[in-house]
Amino acid sequence: MISFAFRRLALMVATMVVASLFLFLLFELDPDSVAVSVLGNYSTPEQRALWLEEHGYGRPAWERYLDWLGNFVTGDFGQSLSHGAPVSSVVADRLSNTALLAGLFFAVLIPLALVLGVVAGMNEGSPVDRVISIFCIASTSVPVFASTVFVSALFVFTLSLLPGTSSMLDGFSWREMVMPVLVLVLADVGYVARIVRASMADVMQAPYMRTAWLKGIPRWRVILRHGLRNALIPPFTVVLLHVNWLIAGIVVVEYFFAYKGFGSLLLEAALARDLHLVEGCTILAVAITVSAQTLADVGYVLLNPRIRFQ
Amino acid sequence: MSWIARHWLIAVGGGLLAFWIAVAISAPVLAPFPPTATMTPFLLPGAQGPDGTVFVLGTDQLGRDVLSRLLYGARTVLIYAPLATLCGYAIGIVGGLAAGYHRGWMDDLLSRTGDLVLAFPAIVLYITIVGRFGASGLNIVLAVTLASWPAIMRIVRSLVLDLRERSYVLAAKIRGEPTWRVMLVEILPNARGPLIVDFSLRLGYTTIAIGTLGFLGIGLPPPNPDWGGMINEARVYALVFPHMLLFPCLAVTSFVFGCNLLADGVREMSLRP
Repeated sequence: MISFAFRRLALMVATMVVASLFLFLLFELDPDSVAVSVLGNYSTPEQRALWLEEHGYGRPAWERYLDWLGNFVTGDFGQSLSHGAPVSSVVADRLSNTALLAGLFFAVLIPLALVLGVVAGMNEGSPVDRVISIFCIASTSVPVFASTVFVSALFVFTLSLLPGTSSMLDGFSWREMVMPVLVLVLADVGYVARIVRASMADVMQAPYMRTAWLKGIPRWRVILRHGLRNALIPPFTVVLLHVNWLIAGIVVVEYFFAYKGFGSLLLEAALARDLHLVEGCTILAVAITVSAQTLADVGYVLLNPRIRFQ
Repeated sequence: MSWIARHWLIAVGGGLLAFWIAVAISAPVLAPFPPTATMTPFLLPGAQGPDGTVFVLGTDQLGRDVLSRLLYGARTVLIYAPLATLCGYAIGIVGGLAAGYHRGWMDDLLSRTGDLVLAFPAIVLYITIVGRFGASGLNIVLAVTLASWPAIMRIVRSLVLDLRERSYVLAAKIRGEPTWRVMLVEILPNARGPLIVDFSLRLGYTTIAIGTLGFLGIGLPPPNPDWGGMINEARVYALVFPHMLLFPCLAVTSFVFGCNLLADGVREMSLRP
């Protein structure tokens, strides 16, 4: 088990290194494009040449790559041009805001998806199951950008219940968190609930469930202890692998509600062509995804004794 | 009749898709105005222009007819979404066949490359690529293709790993059929079931992805009527003129809903014929 976790960690590090190489080739291989993005479109060739000279771009590409990678590893992502501050401090601020948003989102999503999925999966084929399933398809069909519009049309414009932006200009406010979390939950709950439902429906057919019923164990105990425990293994993996797509939702929601988070930072950086900020954000986003994937793999083995003891 | 009752998911999903295909084809006939013609701005749905013409869904901030843009927008969606999905499929199928059929180093190489791409959140790939190389139809198709092929390859590979052991594949090999023929004629057609379901789902995802790019302001360049772009342009006026936002949102949602229903229906039909 421990050796498996270590191998998985090594693979994670290797993936990050190759991903960084890919980023380097995309953004830093051509020194002229770096100079243009730092000095602007209207800089003269002499200015660019001087800047490149000064910042060591005359060295061979592999040497620059190793240097660049070394800086990344030590947390030095360079200077953000549009913020006039080190990338690491800009990102740290925004990342903590997004962590809060994501934390609240999961705190609402997981119980809701579990209840919907378990109720539907226990009663496979029943009208309740049908209604939940249709709701789930509808939830996955509404793009996040469309649900931001629908939900704010209802709660902000028609009912005037909630603020339409979440920029937190006057300090933190719970009211401003409601809309972003609500939109993200609506967009994702269907997907997760469907996985729970399928998994629960599968478990309900298992022989050990019949044994448990026949032993006369109380209903809730069979469902929770025998059913749910086993039914949760696939959704655990799926939710973690879903982090990749979740980031897209977060970018859209943060952009729409002007929430000062990591997702909107990523978009701003790309639009402003803020080279070092884009690099820093991208490598962090990759780190988050790869960590989630690694956690999913290791957790799957931990949760599933049949694999663990093979 | 009983077929529709039994397969209502397919009927409704296919119906929605057929509706949008029909709209896209006949947009020039259906649309009351050219999609980029500017008339009276900010008219509400059903309002009349100064010369008495009625704008069923109103006009936008530049005075363009929302209905006409919506209808023409269906063309944009139905060109770019299937194109990008098909490109992803072309690479995914070739990769999946090669990896699953040949196994060995080729499988390792392709699978690891795919894992590497999957390490990048799809939105990050879209934003960095479109941000680096500029927003154009071609770049959007490229970005979506790049982000989608690994998942398709995984599905094809897992199907091929099973199918390659079948006796009809062995028979074809003994007959001396060339490898490409075994892959394309013997194996691929037998993998079609799950792939059709996945294609339908993925068409929905691609539509969402292209819409999201438009919404974030890095989609197709402005004059093109594109649903995501329409939503983005109308965003600032949401408080006063929600109609400019709601109709494109409904359009894209109904299209994706159709794709998802169709996928679910086909899957259900294959499980319980």
